[in-house]
Amino acid sequence: MISFDTTEKTAFKLMEKAGIEIPDDYLAGIKVMANKEEGDLSSFVLGAMLENWEAAKEDRRPMCADTGLPRYYIKVGNEAKFEGGFVALERALREATARATQEIPLRPNRVHPLWRNEHNNNVGLNAPEVEWSFEPDADWIDITTVHKGGLFGTDYRMLFPGDGIDGIKRFFLDTIIAFGKRGLACQPAIVGIGLGGSKDTCMVLGKQAACLRTVGDKNPDPKIAELEAELKELGNKTGMGAMGFVGSSMVVDCHIEAGFTHTGGMPMSVHTFCLSSRRATARLHPDGSVEYRTDPQWFTPYSRRETVSW
Amino acid sequence: MVNLKTVHLTTPVSDEDLADLEPGNIVYLSGVIYTGREGVYQRVVGEGHPPPEGVMDLTNVNFHCSPAASVNDDGSYTIGAVTATASFRFAKWMKDWFQISGTKMIIGKGGMSKSDYEKLFVPQGAVYLSTVGYGTGALLGRGITKVRDVHWLDDLGIAQAMWVIEVENFGPLIVDGDIHGNSLFDANNREIAKGFAKLYEGLKKPALSRYGETDDRSDELI
Repeated sequence: MISFDTTEKTAFKLMEKAGIEIPDDYLAGIKVMANKEEGDLSSFVLGAMLENWEAAKEDRRPMCADTGLPRYYIKVGNEAKFEGGFVALERALREATARATQEIPLRPNRVHPLWRNEHNNNVGLNAPEVEWSFEPDADWIDITTVHKGGLFGTDYRMLFPGDGIDGIKRFFLDTIIAFGKRGLACQPAIVGIGLGGSKDTCMVLGKQAACLRTVGDKNPDPKIAELEAELKELGNKTGMGAMGFVGSSMVVDCHIEAGFTHTGGMPMSVHTFCLSSRRATARLHPDGSVEYRTDPQWFTPYSRRETVSW
Repeated sequence: MVNLKTVHLTTPVSDEDLADLEPGNIVYLSGVIYTGREGVYQRVVGEGHPPPEGVMDLTNVNFHCSPAASVNDDGSYTIGAVTATASFRFAKWMKDWFQISGTKMIIGKGGMSKSDYEKLFVPQGAVYLSTVGYGTGALLGRGITKVRDVHWLDDLGIAQAMWVIEVENFGPLIVDGDIHGNSLFDANNREIAKGFAKLYEGLKKPALSRYGETDDRSDELI
């Protein structure tokens, strides 16, 4: 049995880690880009960011004051048992969010879309989001938190099969350029692309591709992996670097997730996970032990299954 | 690390200080600055309330920011990180705000348009500085030495309240708009745009267009 108390404490710790510690894979990717960057201004920006991440870790303060919209991705082992059931698990996550907002502190970003009122704790109507997935032959629960900035860098478009790879490339460039100017996307970013699915699935897959896969990770379909590499290269050829200054540091990595879609369509979404790529994961075991990591391991052979049964 | 010209300034900033700043200079500030964004602008410019007493005599530097901050049980404040929010959204208030507040320096994210600088900033003799990154929240947080005051916290909330903060070597900040209306972002955008035709070369257009790709709402999109 996984206890309520352990879960609340772990979720709190994850909120802190996500807000303060830049994940190693992202850091390594930016160091490679900084070495290649020839634009003076873009290069200065990357240098300042590297310094900033050090300062955040040293001082234990958030790396960026826009601490994003805290949310959770939960993967439940098929054999896992949780004290109080799933409703209690969701309550533990909401309690941790409220406590972390006050104690770290995080910015209370969440407000009602119309009345703009807030609860000062990042909890409210439909917030924080909790997305669920399952894993066979496991008795643990994985909790991942992501605090993604919310305003710029995302777009959706219904393309059609005849638009082909050209259509994908154009929409990719359109989005990168639109939000890359002045650095609104806070690039270099992990660009996540959703292809196919129904419209909402297309958005969800793209968002998860950006936020839940690490720099260096490749799609298991070799042809999709090839397209990921091609789009990454294309994105770094726009002439735009960090903050939209002349340079080459735009896309630290590109991840594509696909889903079966309507026979007549090829919907596409683009998402950018920014210079403060806040994500952290923990695995909670029934014996009370907890392991922390930065790779969510969200996409698994099971989650990407194409078969009727497993 | 690239060598860009670095300047240390104290607040309130003087006209002489600002006259020397050029796009691309790196600035570190010491003194007092205040945060103000749509909540503050709407209250003062939109609803006619005067700015909190004394703040505008103390400093002429306005930061487009919501801090990651909390109010402690004893009434003191904790500020963790600070970063700017995108400034282009605030252009509509700037003319009146400059007049009412006497502000001479705006710090924010991503600058405003060159025409905003020409129309709004040049007559005021004001400059625009962008934060770097954008996420040097920890470095900027280190530059904050004290929260001097928070105004309108109950009415506007933590994110929109006016925070009056003491800073030391607060930066790095990069000059986007100088007092002549030059813009670093604008110059970079124009340079980068020269390559766009080649970038899209050979990529055919999608079968279905979108409004926005045409300005004429009577156009059919296929």
